[in-house]
Amino acid sequence: MSVTAKTLSLHLGLIAVLFALQFILGPYQQGNIARIMVLATYAIGYNVLFGYTGLLSLGHAMFFCAGMYGLAIPMYHFSVPAELAFLMALAIGAGFSLLVGLLALRTIGVAFMIVTLMFAQAVYLIILYAAEWTRGDEGFVLVQSTRTLFGVDLTDDTAKYAAALVLFATALLFTLWLVRAPTGRVLIAVRENEDRASLLGYDIHRHKLIAVVISGTISAAAGAGYALLFGNTGSTFATVQYSILPLLWVLLGGAGTVLGPFLGTLFMYYLIDYAADVTNAYMLIAGAALVALTLFAPTGIAGTVRKHLWRWLP
Amino acid sequence: MLEVRSINVAYGPVPVLRDLSLTANQGEILCLLGRNGAGKTTTMKAIMGLLPVTAGTVTFQGNTISNVPAHIVPTHGIGYIPQGRKLFGELTVAENLAVGLQTRKSPQRVMDAALDMFPALKTRLNQRSETLSGGEQTMLTVARALCVDPHLLLLDEPTEGLQPSMIKAIRDAILQLRRDGKAIILVEQRMDSVLAVADRVAFIEQGQIVETTDGDSLRANPSLLRARLGV
Repeated sequence: MSVTAKTLSLHLGLIAVLFALQFILGPYQQGNIARIMVLATYAIGYNVLFGYTGLLSLGHAMFFCAGMYGLAIPMYHFSVPAELAFLMALAIGAGFSLLVGLLALRTIGVAFMIVTLMFAQAVYLIILYAAEWTRGDEGFVLVQSTRTLFGVDLTDDTAKYAAALVLFATALLFTLWLVRAPTGRVLIAVRENEDRASLLGYDIHRHKLIAVVISGTISAAAGAGYALLFGNTGSTFATVQYSILPLLWVLLGGAGTVLGPFLGTLFMYYLIDYAADVTNAYMLIAGAALVALTLFAPTGIAGTVRKHLWRWLP
Repeated sequence: MLEVRSINVAYGPVPVLRDLSLTANQGEILCLLGRNGAGKTTTMKAIMGLLPVTAGTVTFQGNTISNVPAHIVPTHGIGYIPQGRKLFGELTVAENLAVGLQTRKSPQRVMDAALDMFPALKTRLNQRSETLSGGEQTMLTVARALCVDPHLLLLDEPTEGLQPSMIKAIRDAILQLRRDGKAIILVEQRMDSVLAVADRVAFIEQGQIVETTDGDSLRANPSLLRARLGV
């Protein structure tokens, strides 16, 4: 079997398994997987910038929130239909990430991390201060009757699961295409060795900017999807915690692998879920598990599989 | 083809190249020789736009390329193979070559020609480049630079740290490139390689070209190497 056939089989296989799971799982687990797929979409966006381009952002929650509020404010305040609001959220996410990229990419390394962190803090404060529009800390809930997409009621568990799967599958397959496309190869080349990529004739700044915009737009799509499917917004999603989480998911799953973000999100979500059943100090169990994984599989789950088993894993 | 005219280059306040001039012509190998710190690599970096030229000009095929951004220089048709291999390790051999091919949207035949020069790479196209041997990595570095389809190739110690069979493969490739009409500027520490391939030799001392001679004269009178380099 060729590498392309193996790659497609694996990724389409995962999508097929996720599709089938809705017929097996009960409502609670179905809801969990739907949430994981949306959050994994966020991690996929983060992975484009961190895993494939080598840029560590500490402020990605701003892109998630750009999508979340980019969809929710038009729907809540202006009764914009969900379809149009979702497109608006994508456009806002793309425009905002372009603006952030143009400014933040004037820095490199640690300075880039700090600048993205500060931008995200600014977004967090704007959400708090613009309470007239955002309802500040408590956020707002999208009215159930407005959460329909092409006539499908997204508050229905089955429809919610299907919509989350479509969002996740689109992001997954897009990333799979991207990393094998010419632009994706250059992003990897930039991560591996900026100077050599430049000496082959590539404008490093332009390619980093492309990565920021793609990453920010996918993250915004996840934010918009979250608001649409689960109905709630809030400044919590703009806190530094929501910028660190995708980093953790990607590191655990395997940075620079297409499946890594999903595996990391799945692992971390259920680790915390089950640990919380055992003790109130669930973060202690989660922390110990994370330390163990970091020690024994420093390249993450998919990274370790690639290293020892499937070298072709993209 | 390439004309470097009276350039000055400095690292901060420290001047490294002073009034340096040289030319590279189509179908010719120019070897740049000098002791450590004489300015050989700095000359290459200045041509490639990696260091600012504070005086003088660099022109290539009639276009001034001094002080243009480094990523623009290769699009004029200049390939540079710096010291050390440093491939894009996670990319396969084929993907490394494709990254080179994309630069000037070169046709597939350019990649095929590069692979013909290094047949050993043909069987490893789907292998991650970080898993290649040192010699194969050097071959891939050269092949990737060739995928840009350059008219001029700058090579900075391409045989450094290689076993004899690999050195011969790289040397044969350089001679083939000359036959194909490429201009080549070569920095090389191995004097046997220099004597084997050089059409012209320029000696650099303290950032200046102090003597230029043709390859035949050097082969007839290798004592010049001892006089200039102490080897």
